[in-house]
Amino acid sequence: MKGLTTTQLALIAAAIVVVAAVGAYFLYPRPTTQMIVSTTTSLYETGLLDVLKQRFEQKNPGYNVSFISQGTGKAIDTAKRGDADMILVHDPPQELAFLNDGYGVNRKIIAYNFFIIVGPISDPAGISGKSPIEALEAIKAAGEEGSVFWVSRGDNSGTHAKEQRMWNAAGINYTEIRTQPWYLEAGTGMTATLQLADQKDAYTLSDVASYLKNKKQGNIQLAKLVEAGKDTLNVYSAIACNPQKLTSAKFDAAMAFIKFLISDEVQELFDNFGVADYGEALFKPWIPLMTSGSNPELKQWIEEYAYFEESECPSRFRYNPGNLYG
Amino acid sequence: MSLETMWEGLQQAIHLIVTGDPALVEITLRSLQVSFYAILTASAIGVPIGAVIGLKEFLGKRLVKTIFTTLIGVPTVSLGLFLYLLLSRSGPLGFLQLMYTIQGISIGQALLVIPIIVSFTTSATESRDIRLRDLARTLGASELETSIAVLREASSAIALAVVAAFNRAFAELGIALIIGANIRGLTRVMTTTIALQNAMGETALCIALSIILLVIVFALNILTGNIGAIVNTLRKDY
Repeated sequence: MKGLTTTQLALIAAAIVVVAAVGAYFLYPRPTTQMIVSTTTSLYETGLLDVLKQRFEQKNPGYNVSFISQGTGKAIDTAKRGDADMILVHDPPQELAFLNDGYGVNRKIIAYNFFIIVGPISDPAGISGKSPIEALEAIKAAGEEGSVFWVSRGDNSGTHAKEQRMWNAAGINYTEIRTQPWYLEAGTGMTATLQLADQKDAYTLSDVASYLKNKKQGNIQLAKLVEAGKDTLNVYSAIACNPQKLTSAKFDAAMAFIKFLISDEVQELFDNFGVADYGEALFKPWIPLMTSGSNPELKQWIEEYAYFEESECPSRFRYNPGNLYG
Repeated sequence: MSLETMWEGLQQAIHLIVTGDPALVEITLRSLQVSFYAILTASAIGVPIGAVIGLKEFLGKRLVKTIFTTLIGVPTVSLGLFLYLLLSRSGPLGFLQLMYTIQGISIGQALLVIPIIVSFTTSATESRDIRLRDLARTLGASELETSIAVLREASSAIALAVVAAFNRAFAELGIALIIGANIRGLTRVMTTTIALQNAMGETALCIALSIILLVIVFALNILTGNIGAIVNTLRKDY
């Protein structure tokens, strides 16, 4: 027998097994309508989304919701690539760009809380009780003296974007401090950043929910040094992917989930989530604040901070919204 | 984390293992399933390629061998990134809908370990080739019969390659993280859980998974050490 035959036999054998193996892959069971929500780490790491998933799927058995937890920047990028059906994020400027570029429609604010500046209990920069702007100035001064560190998320997340805007508001050039030795970029999620700050006795900016969760678990010793205020607002929004542009997006599923998020049931859940464990709600519901007029000052803060053209979602960014905007 | 909390975590982990915690079992089985399919595919492709390279003389053989040897060291995250760009819905293979599925992870892991299997198989058949081929020819064997004889001689070394490949796929993180994204109940495997869930208060689960991961890898290594003996025992039946 000629030598070539061995090769041929080997190839035929390989082909048969490959076909069998590939067939096996496609015989794996797959969920029917699977929706992908790309979301910010703070919502995910608190465990809130697991509760929401369970309740949503109970009510809508046809849908299976999966969450991919990323920073806001990456979450938006994932959606732009068509790998998600909707996003849950917290950075209004990046959201507006997402809408403007035609990738997103039907933005809806769902909840809010605040960012806080946390740091070592000894507070070597002496920021306790100061305003966020004064605190950042003090941290920069102490950092340049070499006595403190600042840890940045450094991952293009909503928290990272907020941090950059806060430095700018304090009149400090962000690109300049980035290169300085006291400024550390973690390039990772909120929990890992808090742990890094904790280990290095450094200051960092955190959303209140992630901080409380990690503090409670004993992951970190850091103290909350600068309290909530207008400058530290943190607003979470849901945006559906635009099915006209991202043709593989499951628009109906996304809309069902967004409507679920602003339903009385979920808004009440926000009001209670974490109260038993942390003494306060981790995420405050937006809808009651918007409709009741119970705290007009706070409502106005949020409108100034997170509205586009005096609206949650200007009409040109809406697509078959149904009763989403009342 | 103090020693006390570590000890607590370990105790809880052992409790999870002993009681067969559903999440623990689910994640472990998924990891095994994903890597099993990866190895099945990789072996089906890698062993024949390796055997052909080992048994045949052709132009550029040395280059091909070097390429496969180099590919053994591919960082898992780089391969994961490459696959992400391919498999993303907007990527060239997006229509396959393999992003965020265990099938996607399996294919990635298969690509990861094919070079290991090819290289090991090549060297295993080559080293036996020269001596055995002459002997077989002298005894009047045809080319095919000679090749089969060589492969049979090399089988224990090939089995070792497959086990080593399984180890690499099973303990791999980069691909599972980028392609699977650690989605609970869907693509969450042992390594992604350990990497991402630890900080979310699931320390005990992560310690338990680490223990299981170590035990499985350890068991495979013992098996690998004895694989020659096992194969020889099996071959006594011939």
